[in-house]
Amino acid sequence: MNLNRQSVKQSTELGGKTQINIFFENSTRTQASFELAGKRLGADVMNLGVNTSSVGKGETLIDTALTLNAMKPDILVIRHPSSGAANLLADKVHCSVINAGDGTHEHPTQALLDALTIKRRRKTLAGLKIAICGDIKHSRVARSNILLLGKMGNLVRLVGPRTLMPSQIHELGVEIYHDLEDGLRGVDVVMMLRLQHERMTGSLIPSVREYYKTYGLNFEKLQAAKKDAIVMHPGPMNRGIEIDGNLADDINRSVIQNQVEFGVATRMAVMCLLCQDT
Amino acid sequence: MQIYSNAKIVDPEKGKVFTGNIAVSEGLIVEVSRNRIESSDNSVVIDCGSHFLAPGIVDFGVKIGEPGERHKESFRTAGLAAAMGGVTSMITRPDTSPSIDNPETLEFFTKRAHSATEIRIYPMATLTKQRLGEQMTEISLLLDAGAVGFTDCDSFIVNSKVMAHCLEYCSQNKALVIGHPQDPWLSGGASATSGKFATLKGLEGVSPIAERMGLERDLSLVELTGAGYHADQVTTRAGLDVLEESIGKGHNVSAGISVHHLTLNDLDVGEYRTFFKIKPPLRSEEDRCHVIEGLKRGVITIVCSMHTPQDEESKRKPFDEAASGAVGLQTLLPAILRLYHSGELDLPLIFKTLSYNPAQRFGLNAGKMSKGCQADFVLFDPNYPFILDRATLASKSKNTPFDGQTLQGRVLKTIVGGKIVFSQD
Repeated sequence: MNLNRQSVKQSTELGGKTQINIFFENSTRTQASFELAGKRLGADVMNLGVNTSSVGKGETLIDTALTLNAMKPDILVIRHPSSGAANLLADKVHCSVINAGDGTHEHPTQALLDALTIKRRRKTLAGLKIAICGDIKHSRVARSNILLLGKMGNLVRLVGPRTLMPSQIHELGVEIYHDLEDGLRGVDVVMMLRLQHERMTGSLIPSVREYYKTYGLNFEKLQAAKKDAIVMHPGPMNRGIEIDGNLADDINRSVIQNQVEFGVATRMAVMCLLCQDT
Repeated sequence: MQIYSNAKIVDPEKGKVFTGNIAVSEGLIVEVSRNRIESSDNSVVIDCGSHFLAPGIVDFGVKIGEPGERHKESFRTAGLAAAMGGVTSMITRPDTSPSIDNPETLEFFTKRAHSATEIRIYPMATLTKQRLGEQMTEISLLLDAGAVGFTDCDSFIVNSKVMAHCLEYCSQNKALVIGHPQDPWLSGGASATSGKFATLKGLEGVSPIAERMGLERDLSLVELTGAGYHADQVTTRAGLDVLEESIGKGHNVSAGISVHHLTLNDLDVGEYRTFFKIKPPLRSEEDRCHVIEGLKRGVITIVCSMHTPQDEESKRKPFDEAASGAVGLQTLLPAILRLYHSGELDLPLIFKTLSYNPAQRFGLNAGKMSKGCQADFVLFDPNYPFILDRATLASKSKNTPFDGQTLQGRVLKTIVGGKIVFSQD
């Protein structure tokens, strides 16, 4: 983190290492974050977008993996629209694989950076009440956070319409709320999720404005939470859909910019750990 | 004449196992006896060495890659796998490319079958043209050409009026209709059964209720039309309940299940193993236990492999993109024997569901250990343990969920019409 705040943000920790980012889904934030993290550690970073790669020519994920593997990278960072894609890749290559989000499964580094943000702002990462709100069903961020924050001994609440809750989610040791204010009552952390338009199939919500009315976070609804509760969002935000624009920009409550900053640090740490013994 | 001597005969019809001898002549059983059968000069005696001799398996729902996908499976390789698996009759699916929806294609199919394998082939034809659920196929002509049943396989006929007409017409022709009961909307896009596992793995899940809804629709139309109907796979408690109700009302209804649904559950998918991706998806352990009970109570009557060959490429993908289906001809017997070894099913019941019941349901002269029945047998040792290596399978496609697993039971000989088509030694 300190390195990231200096004017010369460069170390040689990963000097000579090769990092390849393969993103089968568009991403600005995560891809940039991984790229910066690698570069600041001195690694050679290459980005492969889905449009420029031979995936567009019908190559399968496994063949892409084997091809890249033959180029002997040290770290592969993958984002893919299918759940389990990172597992599949990890099976076939010899280097470290970092899951930068696979389908509706997991997004582990996001959960780690969220945890770091919470720890910095709340001074602890245990015994907190944390509400994760919105489109849980399609959210890999939610799944990773439920696992991580739960494991650290926090009480995790999920808030959202029933149509956006995955089945049997209560078996993961979380509390379920369908009313936003009820769900926010007394919480330390409010984590908003993006409404994933691109994953919406069928009639999951009637309209965006109805969603904003019932599940959009604004200053008024936030009053149910603790006075010093922080507001988080993994981005990209839909202002005026799941979160009020002014609230998102209020640095007293919103830690969204911290999340982005800490994201780079978290990913640097993950990559350092993975390269330690190689 | 052939004499199969010193065999532990599994008789599913009478529900018993006894030591005895069987005489075969001109492809038919001529005598079954507990006592020694006198052999004449020109008779051949086959010593069964006190192993189990059961009626050959009649496997329902086998997909052969011909026509259209011979790179996945041909008649020759399917026949080989069947012989090695103790399957003496294959009731084949018409979801080929093109689909078997006219008598000419069916004739071609049958001709190819006879030239490539000695295993008996009983083809099904589609219920509607190109399996589109719109225009009924030529049911009567297809019956003449040898179709034993009519099904659009996993493509659910959405238009209830079309389905009603098909059922009415089939009823008039005494043709059996086979359904794949899954509500197509509720199950759309799903690759797993909904529940904690699917949620944790981020897989789109389908509720078992989709099976019940599909079944309820079909069974209502059966009630309306009086047609004979067989549900290819009933895999959940929800489905079992409505099935039992319909049977209770006296309708001409039956149901089957794949051996995969009987022996595996949704957790077996583990880390997105695509060989475990089948249709319908593997169910919860609770449902698995319920369908085993359903089998014991005689509500589900047919166990099959739903043999679905898929090439390597179509399985080497992320789980939601990968093709569904598993090969099963060669593993059907050792897989279901897991339930024998666990004490849940006895051998007569196993062969009732594998051989006797499907033969009865599809009107075949097979599945019995009695005089006049085709001499189709499987001689097997239920206790022989082995670790399955999928590379050793005879199928062109090797997509088995049992790869690397310990199984018990192997086929020693397979006999079709008195001819030994496979022998272990």
